[in-house]
Amino acid sequence: MAAPAQKQDPTEARLEGLTLPDGAAWAREAREAALGRFRAMGLPTRRDEYWRYTDPATLTQAAAPRAAVFKPTDEVPLFQEVDRLKVVFIDGVFSPEKSDDLAMAGLEIERLQDALAKDIHWAKDLYGTREAAGQDPVARPQAALNTAFATDGIVIRATGKAEKPVELIYLHRDEISDAILHHLVRVEPGADVTVLEVGPAAARFNKCMEIDVADTGAFHHVRAQGRDHERRAVTHMFARVGKEALYKSFTTTANGVMTRNEHVIEIAGDRATAHVAGAALGDGHYGKFHHDDTVFITHDAVDCESRQVFKKVLRNGAEGVFQGKILVKEGAQKTDGYQISQSLLLDDDSSFQAKPELEIYADDVICSHGSTTGAIDETALFYLRSRGVPTDEATDLLTLAFLAEAIDEIADEALREDVAARLREWLERRRRG
Amino acid sequence: MLDIKGLAVKLEEEDKQILKGVDLSVEAGSVHAIMGPNGSGKSTLSYVLSGRDGYEVTGGSALLEGENLLDMDPEERAAAGLFLAFQYPVEIPGVGNMTFLRTAMNAQRKARGEEEISAGDFLKLIRAKAKELKIDAEMLKRPVNVGFSGGEKKRNEILQMAMLEPKMCILDETDSGLDVDAMKLVSEGVNALRDAGRGFLVITHYQRLLDHIAPDVVHIMADGRIVKSGGPELALEVEKNGYADILTEVA
Ligand SMILES: Nc1ncnc2c1ncn2[C@@H]1O[C@H](COP(=O)(O)OP(=O)(O)O)[C@@H](O)[C@H]1O
Ligand SMILES: [Mg+2]
Repeated sequence: MAAPAQKQDPTEARLEGLTLPDGAAWAREAREAALGRFRAMGLPTRRDEYWRYTDPATLTQAAAPRAAVFKPTDEVPLFQEVDRLKVVFIDGVFSPEKSDDLAMAGLEIERLQDALAKDIHWAKDLYGTREAAGQDPVARPQAALNTAFATDGIVIRATGKAEKPVELIYLHRDEISDAILHHLVRVEPGADVTVLEVGPAAARFNKCMEIDVADTGAFHHVRAQGRDHERRAVTHMFARVGKEALYKSFTTTANGVMTRNEHVIEIAGDRATAHVAGAALGDGHYGKFHHDDTVFITHDAVDCESRQVFKKVLRNGAEGVFQGKILVKEGAQKTDGYQISQSLLLDDDSSFQAKPELEIYADDVICSHGSTTGAIDETALFYLRSRGVPTDEATDLLTLAFLAEAIDEIADEALREDVAARLREWLERRRRG
Repeated sequence: MLDIKGLAVKLEEEDKQILKGVDLSVEAGSVHAIMGPNGSGKSTLSYVLSGRDGYEVTGGSALLEGENLLDMDPEERAAAGLFLAFQYPVEIPGVGNMTFLRTAMNAQRKARGEEEISAGDFLKLIRAKAKELKIDAEMLKRPVNVGFSGGEKKRNEILQMAMLEPKMCILDETDSGLDVDAMKLVSEGVNALRDAGRGFLVITHYQRLLDHIAPDVVHIMADGRIVKSGGPELALEVEKNGYADILTEVA
């Protein structure tokens, strides 16, 4: 099947200059299949229902728009104090010099292209599999494009309790870099791994992560998207969560002209848990800010719990979008699904659009969702001011309080505190101007 | 300390005059009480003095140690030494009580050009003050006033007052909703702060608080004015006969 006629030209234009990377036969097959999917779907446009609130044009156009490289001044890099295995990519290319040795107890870790070159590799079962499954019922063409053309990435197999987190550090150096990274994470039964992602990665970044959490495994994910004001990103997390397994993901975003983060999670085993959370801070004063969280959680097992907690603080014309769906399949009894998306608008210029959706085919479930848009609580603000706290400082305090429910979704205390401290500093720097 | 002259206030949004010329002077070292029927404007007076939005001053003045309060932002008034114990303390989910108090304390110090208090000194101080008010460590950690009982909220107000050591304390119906024990704790907290350099304005509906916090002067407020002032005996008179007699007398 081919894409609708009006989509064919831009879709082919995007493919110009891209060639399918070499690899083992199974990898070539996976990439060709993905290319076929991509061509059949075609690139999204504003007319697509799924892109109603976010204009994909700059994400899909043939060449990446230029993005100035942001130079942080006085900040300590995130997770600096955390003992972790560093894996560094510069403009989407793995840097062996800057990275630690890819070796750690409880973990097998290698570069994507190395894994995809091997005739026999566990990655065969995962590469493109979750992504392909995640194309139904909603098309995610840019993830298929990613599977077809990703030239770099990391492949992780957790076989036990990983001794420390793996941090993917994405450096941006080139103003016109257009990076496609694809990561695979397989968590074996009883294993436990934390993956951190930090940085802008490139002028334009297309990232796809496929995660398979086997029965009783645990996957933790904490991400801080780079502070480069002009960067763009479209990211996909495709996960399958097995019996009594845990999937937990948190993302914080401050700055970025265009971000679309998708989570597609299939809860496949009984008594499994999936939590996704996000805290975004956008200030249009530094340039356009548009941030879109799109989440699709499918419950296909009994007695499972899912949570979506997304908070956005927007000012000076910043735009926030949330599309969140909970699909409870027939037979997925005793599902406990929770979804909250909230925005704090600090002025009248900023906007937030939310589309929460529930689709339920089982009768014994508890699902709740809520979405709010509000300004700062004037009563609380006055109370703080009456105690001597100046308006801007009081506003920051209330802003952090607003974000707390999302930040609290980070299970590890050190990581949680680090993220909270970073957001506090971001607000402080902003206040000082 | 606090000098209010002919203060007239209307609502910003409505054409409704609430204070119709309030005259009141609280000297350093003294405790003044304001009593009066519901709706007479007592809370409005306390809000206008602390700088809440929504009111328009149509006449008169309010000075704190000679400085024009009405020109200052609420945070400036606080740094200048004004404190209002709210009739309805505000809940702030997500902001820890300790963080709140430390931020407030340091903001005031900064505004006055003083050094910030160290984390260690702050902890020592708050533990000592909290103990006197029977506020436990758990309550200090919780978000500001969230899930606090009525009495806990009022004690928390007094804790803030004790920590911030303001020059001029206004207490708006701090006694309402308190049982006998809590009333004693709150009164002891206030009495401990009584000092030659500090003034108090205690707004109350009932005489019973004044049994614990002995006022120097008692004012009766009605319909936006102070209609009568006198010694502590005035409060007893209200207790015995209600407001009706006084109001007819001054009408
Ligand atoms: N924000 C407001 N909006 C409408 N009416 C108000 C407002 N604030 C005060 N009032 C009115 O002003 C009068 C005085 O109220 P208040 O100062 O609370 O009295 P008190 O504390 O003596 O009971 C009342 O009639 C009250 O309804
Ligand atoms: Mg009142």
